[in-house]
Amino acid sequence: MNAKQKAALAEYLIALADDELILGHRNSEWTGHAPILEEDIAFANLALDEIGHARLWYELAADLLGVDRARFPDQQVFFRPAADFRSLQLVELPKGDWAFSMLRQYLFDAFEQHRLTGLSESSHMPLAEIAVRVRNEELYHLRHTRAWVTRLGLGTEESQARMQAALNALCPYARGLGAALPGEADLPLGIVPESAALYAAWLDEVSAFLAEAGLKLPGETALAETERRAHSEHMAALIAEMQEVARLDPEAEW
Amino acid sequence: MYGADVEQIAIELSEEPEKLADFEARIARGEKIEPGDWMPAEYRRQLIRMISQHAHSEVVGMLPEGAWITRAPSLRRKLILIAKVQDEAGHGQYLYHAAETLGATREEMLEALLSGKAKYSSIFNYHTTTWADNGAIGWLVDGAAILNQTMLARCSYGPYSRAMVRICMEENFHRKQGQEMIIRYSQGTPTQRAMVQDAITRWWWPTLMMFGPHDADSPNSGLLIRWGIKTRTNDQLRQEFVNQLAPDLQACGISIPDPDLRYDEASGNWLFGVIDWDEFWRVIKGDGPANAERMAARQQAHDDGRWVREALSAYAAKNQIQ
Repeated sequence: MNAKQKAALAEYLIALADDELILGHRNSEWTGHAPILEEDIAFANLALDEIGHARLWYELAADLLGVDRARFPDQQVFFRPAADFRSLQLVELPKGDWAFSMLRQYLFDAFEQHRLTGLSESSHMPLAEIAVRVRNEELYHLRHTRAWVTRLGLGTEESQARMQAALNALCPYARGLGAALPGEADLPLGIVPESAALYAAWLDEVSAFLAEAGLKLPGETALAETERRAHSEHMAALIAEMQEVARLDPEAEW
Repeated sequence: MYGADVEQIAIELSEEPEKLADFEARIARGEKIEPGDWMPAEYRRQLIRMISQHAHSEVVGMLPEGAWITRAPSLRRKLILIAKVQDEAGHGQYLYHAAETLGATREEMLEALLSGKAKYSSIFNYHTTTWADNGAIGWLVDGAAILNQTMLARCSYGPYSRAMVRICMEENFHRKQGQEMIIRYSQGTPTQRAMVQDAITRWWWPTLMMFGPHDADSPNSGLLIRWGIKTRTNDQLRQEFVNQLAPDLQACGISIPDPDLRYDEASGNWLFGVIDWDEFWRVIKGDGPANAERMAARQQAHDDGRWVREALSAYAAKNQIQ
């Protein structure tokens, strides 16, 4: 890859990392507040994995940019203004109720499986290797969230109503998963999968699975913002909270 | 469920003298008592009280540190903190299971917590006001807990003892990460040094209170020691803690908020000042800085999770029928 392509791939990876980081942040808010103790454990694990994956992508981006991979992740997370994050609004939204958090995680995980499968075939070997590793961990997430979607979808009238309401609220944002990531258009074929194609496969899969759980994807609703430079109103507060301690003393080793 | 009065215990213990003698002989030989074995009713009650109280402490203990997960100042610290709070949930889970082997149910135990009937460690009724409090909790609070738990790992009840062995291993990591944070910050920038000093100043005395009342005011201690549940007293454990921590904190240049603290050559102990027992009893009885908040957070999670638990039960029931 030439320098321009490396920069484009770094941009792509930072967007992926931002999604993982922000979703992990939202998941971590459940720690200590989950509906059953077993889920305090499981959801904390999802948060750990997502944030760990974010770090892997930031490190790989650092390698492509030729900067210090030991410092780059923390610089990106703790010292970047909210406007410079490239996360989707889907992951920024507040955690909501258990139905909302679980369904968001399911929709995201299902998409990730498609994307990671594509990335694991990348001609950029360091990317392919990490994608294989991350996909194996994400597979456990998907099993876990699928089991929950089924139970809540087919549980009680209330649980089904809450799941359907969450699905209706999430859908416009989830459609953003299909938009091209930053840098994607500038990369030669074979480095990353095409987001639009992943989206079509994802939509078929989740429509069928949700139907089995008694849930219906709403029709073509208005598309929420998919441009990753535009954030929801929740993002500034989230980033301010995340960076609060680190910014007390930017010179310190925390 | 949480202990009987002295006369009641005396009556119970006189009812089956041979079984009691056999039970006490087993304990004297260092054998573990297992779930199906005969045991005095008071032994069972005391264990359910202690184990459930311990489980509740793990569960409530997720809150003060959990509040800092979203604000941890580096990815490394964030991952460590999430894993630590997750471990606490895991400890709660093993301990509830250990109490279940004595016939208590998790629902009953949670109900006792939420109604205020069951206690949890008073330390979690203090606020975590800065990030460095997470370091103080790791080094001081977890360090104190480990002393108590190392003793309990040798206790006479098998399931509790085994749960403690595993918990102590994980708690040692918790203590080490706290110690590492405090030492590093004590050598860090002025902001970090001030933060660490402030955290130790606030957490020192509440940590000493964690060991419980003086031996003379500890009503359950006699029986607990006789039956091999506890092997050391509150005051012995407290002294060992001060002996460990005082020189280590001072070596970091941190001052301990006790003008009477001094090393006594003759006994080899670090002598310390008088604990504010009024504060201790106030916090135990529900009037500490964060008691109401902690219980409100647990109650909220319980209430918000009700529909989820109902859905799980309903799904399980439907699938059994099919």
